[in-house]
Amino acid sequence: MSSKVIHALYDDDDVLLNAVKEVRAAHHHIDEVYTPFPVHGLDKAMGIPPTRLAIMAFIFGVTGLAFSIWFLNNIMIVDWPQNIGGKPSFSFLENMPAFVPVMFEMTVFFSAHLMVITFYMRSKIWPFQTADNPDPRTTDDKFLMEVAVDGNEDALIALLEKTGAEEISVKEKH
Amino acid sequence: MYTFSSRLKTFSLVLIIIGALGIGYGFFTAPKTVDDVKAMMHNAEDSHGAATAEHTEVDDHASKDVHEVTGAIKGEHATENDHEAAGEHGDDAGHYEHVLMQAQNRPWTAIYVPMIFFLLISVCALVYYAIQRAASAGWSPLLFRVMEGVTGYIGIGSLIVLAFLVASAMHGNHMFAWMYASADPTAANFDFAMETKDWWLNIPGFLIRAVIYVSIWIGFRHFILKNSRLQDESGDLKYFKRSFNLSVVFLVVFLVSELFMAFDWLMSIDHHWFSQLYSFYVFASMFVSAITVIALVTIYLRSRGFLPQVNDSHIHDLAKYMFAFSIFWTYLWYAQFMLQWYANIPEEATYFYPRLLGEYQPLFIGMLIMNFVFPILVLMNSDYKRIPWFVVLAGLIILTGHYLDVFVMVAPGTVGSHWHFGIPEIGALLFFAGLFIFVVFNSLTKAPLLPKENPFIKESEVFHY
Repeated sequence: MSSKVIHALYDDDDVLLNAVKEVRAAHHHIDEVYTPFPVHGLDKAMGIPPTRLAIMAFIFGVTGLAFSIWFLNNIMIVDWPQNIGGKPSFSFLENMPAFVPVMFEMTVFFSAHLMVITFYMRSKIWPFQTADNPDPRTTDDKFLMEVAVDGNEDALIALLEKTGAEEISVKEKH
Repeated sequence: MYTFSSRLKTFSLVLIIIGALGIGYGFFTAPKTVDDVKAMMHNAEDSHGAATAEHTEVDDHASKDVHEVTGAIKGEHATENDHEAAGEHGDDAGHYEHVLMQAQNRPWTAIYVPMIFFLLISVCALVYYAIQRAASAGWSPLLFRVMEGVTGYIGIGSLIVLAFLVASAMHGNHMFAWMYASADPTAANFDFAMETKDWWLNIPGFLIRAVIYVSIWIGFRHFILKNSRLQDESGDLKYFKRSFNLSVVFLVVFLVSELFMAFDWLMSIDHHWFSQLYSFYVFASMFVSAITVIALVTIYLRSRGFLPQVNDSHIHDLAKYMFAFSIFWTYLWYAQFMLQWYANIPEEATYFYPRLLGEYQPLFIGMLIMNFVFPILVLMNSDYKRIPWFVVLAGLIILTGHYLDVFVMVAPGTVGSHWHFGIPEIGALLFFAGLFIFVVFNSLTKAPLLPKENPFIKESEVFHY
């Protein structure tokens, strides 16, 4: 089992996207692609499964809604009953229209904040984490494709050159 | 080139005929005199059997007064002013006259709701089209002919509405109570609200404004479509630019016309009540319905093989609009409802009382579920928006919900608390649905479904999400 990887550097997102498709068509495994900005369609070209963040967003939203309902019921009806807009019915359902803005905001608050935190955790971005970016130029104007070497190294380099890589280097994966 | 399939044509004609019979039945069975009303109400009372228990619960002057009448007839009230049209706490004769008006309004209301519903769908489809033009949208030119087809109903729909409003103005019905009220404090039919609203709510002004609204819509539709056709024939980009200019002007003029149209045609039914948000709320309701109709027609045409270039991404985008504008409608509906509910001022609460707590509660809550809860849960998932039959299902429920929304806007002010959804209402709905299908699909046959000279047509064909 080889632990070598090839870093191929590109300077255009369209060239990169075509290169990704060609490398995948030749049955090589692309470990990762580093880009200075999101490239539309790159995740599909790389064959990355779709994100499940949307499902989590929905679950977080429902959690927030449920929490706000319990929260408002406890504050306004149960713990310290309050007269809302001259409607002292002390019933959650009858006073519900007054609570809708809070319920809405809580849903959004839970969904947004927990989704950001989930995204950071999933992307392994937490405090004191150092960047695992192999080449600082990918934060400026270059695109880097990391391909695992599997079998014939020279053939892979030839393929990458053909796809328009402007710089190719073989690295040991640490 | 689309050809109107004979099956769909037969279907729409059958709807029109059945609908016309239903409308005719509604007018035929409407009570003619006060005696008819009395007989009708007593029959209803008898058929209820021991109805006293349930009726005393209902806070409704009509059923209360019936009890007073059946119990002890108070003759001394009958000599009083029996022309009190409002009849809020009037005498028995005035009250029966009021009930008669409401019962006679029923077939008119049955017509009014689908008439307004389908006309505004057509107008809002033109607005949607104009937005695509004004935004120089690249994804939608493949759907331009569909949108143009849906606007085809504006002409005949406007004429029907105008005829109806003229009939109202000539006191053919009691749809608009303010037409029977006077601003003169000494008059028998004096109405305090008319003192301040008379300058706007008067019959000549009402009719002139109605003509202005519909001529704006018909006129802009004519010119925008003419430009679109010329562009396809000549391939000249100057028509494309002119379409852009026309659309921008139309959007501004439309919003002004719609603002006052909703005040005139819908809000003036409850002329004691007012809400400045009302027009935008009506617009949101009709706009989401228009997008839904565009999506339904697109899916239908595609399933018949007429729009081969339209892919799932186009359907997806239309479904996204349906989702987004359902939320937008809810936002406006809630913004209007919540402030008035919270403030609880009598002159505002009278509007929401019959709807939220009175006889319209099932419709009011039901349409809220259909228009908000249902779309938000069903259309949230990205994958579902790409499944045509799923979009059709969601679209039908959204359309039903917004139809009920218009019904709840109109009916409490015209037929009062005793609403029905029987043969006249279903008949009128079928009639206008049939007419709408007939006119829309006829106008789809007028031009090739592919606007091939549109500069963005390539972008639209390769559009994908």
